[in-house]
Amino acid sequence: MNLEDERPIFLQIAEQMEDGILSGAFPEETQIPSTTEISVNYKINPATALKGINLLVDGGIVYKKRGLGMFVNTGAEKTIRGKRKEEFFENYITKLAGEAKKLGLTQEEIISMIERGFSK
Amino acid sequence: MSGIEVRNATKNFGNVHALSDVTVHFEENKIYGLLGRNGAGKSTLLNVITGRIFADGGEVLVDGEPSLENDQALGKIYMMSEKNYYPESMKIRDVFAWTKEFYPDFDTAYAVRLAERFELNIDKKVRSLSTGYSSIFKLITALSTNARYIILDEPVLGLDANHRDLFYKILIEKYSENPSTVIISTHLIEEAAGVIEHVIIIKDGKVIRDESREELMAKGYTATGAAGAVDQFTADKNLLGTDILGGLKTAYILGKLDRAAVPDGIEISKMDLQRLFIQLTNA
Repeated sequence: MNLEDERPIFLQIAEQMEDGILSGAFPEETQIPSTTEISVNYKINPATALKGINLLVDGGIVYKKRGLGMFVNTGAEKTIRGKRKEEFFENYITKLAGEAKKLGLTQEEIISMIERGFSK
Repeated sequence: MSGIEVRNATKNFGNVHALSDVTVHFEENKIYGLLGRNGAGKSTLLNVITGRIFADGGEVLVDGEPSLENDQALGKIYMMSEKNYYPESMKIRDVFAWTKEFYPDFDTAYAVRLAERFELNIDKKVRSLSTGYSSIFKLITALSTNARYIILDEPVLGLDANHRDLFYKILIEKYSENPSTVIISTHLIEEAAGVIEHVIIIKDGKVIRDESREELMAKGYTATGAAGAVDQFTADKNLLGTDILGGLKTAYILGKLDRAAVPDGIEISKMDLQRLFIQLTNA
């Protein structure tokens, strides 16, 4: 968690949980940490943690089991990958193009850099 | 209305206006950050709320009841202050017992557990504690009272980084299990920022900001670029202040950012709570 990150903390929380699901730390149909565990761990207000979790509920990533806690939905990993791919253009490509223009890099130069990056 | 309501509180010390017509509402079960520079009026406000000093005008209501000389209303509030109000020769263990006399919901077992987590020896006397441990014992006492309204004035004074970390974790644990209103007054803003839900900023005895941390944070940003371009960009905006480094200018702006209207050559970044606070409270 980075309080200096530009994005609101609750978005970062949702993203961290999604990262956990993508990495296999929270497999489908298993429990994710509780709001209390998350807020204590990151030293953030429980209301903020709850807001982050609610974002995942709205996105169909996790669901509530009464009296037990929040569980990862079947298909959550696929949903997250799909969503992240859509965001990829916005988050990386537009920024990349902007920075490249500032530096005077040509499209060809960038493509060769991308090829270099992939071959690493 | 539930919560603590301060209505039009005014307090003068000689010709110093410590509080000028302050109206704030601390709602139930929220964590507040009360921020202000030295001498801004934070402690005066807290002392008026807890009845330690009397306001010249205005009133304080606790759960709808005027708190003036009202022990029942004041008994719902516990304030930990920087100053030590306990007898110097008292053992910490006895401070716990003594506090329970005034706050019947004081949880002694919990206080002892917290003392263990902070490695505080409760057979020590108040006098023998270092600055850090003096804060720790007062923090433990405050969190164990189970008061509806807990005020923490400079709670992490003298605490090392590990103990500050532990304090914030314990505060959240406690708040999650048994919510209460917590008012934190601190100069170490960035550390407390994540925990705070609602921010109140005082300057020269007046409340200048009273809004959720998220709302406030969404409003502050910086614009950096060539001085001329930055000046042009900020001409129609609420400019809080600027930094100049050679020909490079950074403007601190309050308001909603329209990303589409940012010209090339201007870099936008967010302000953290501490930087925003500094810009808002600079003379």
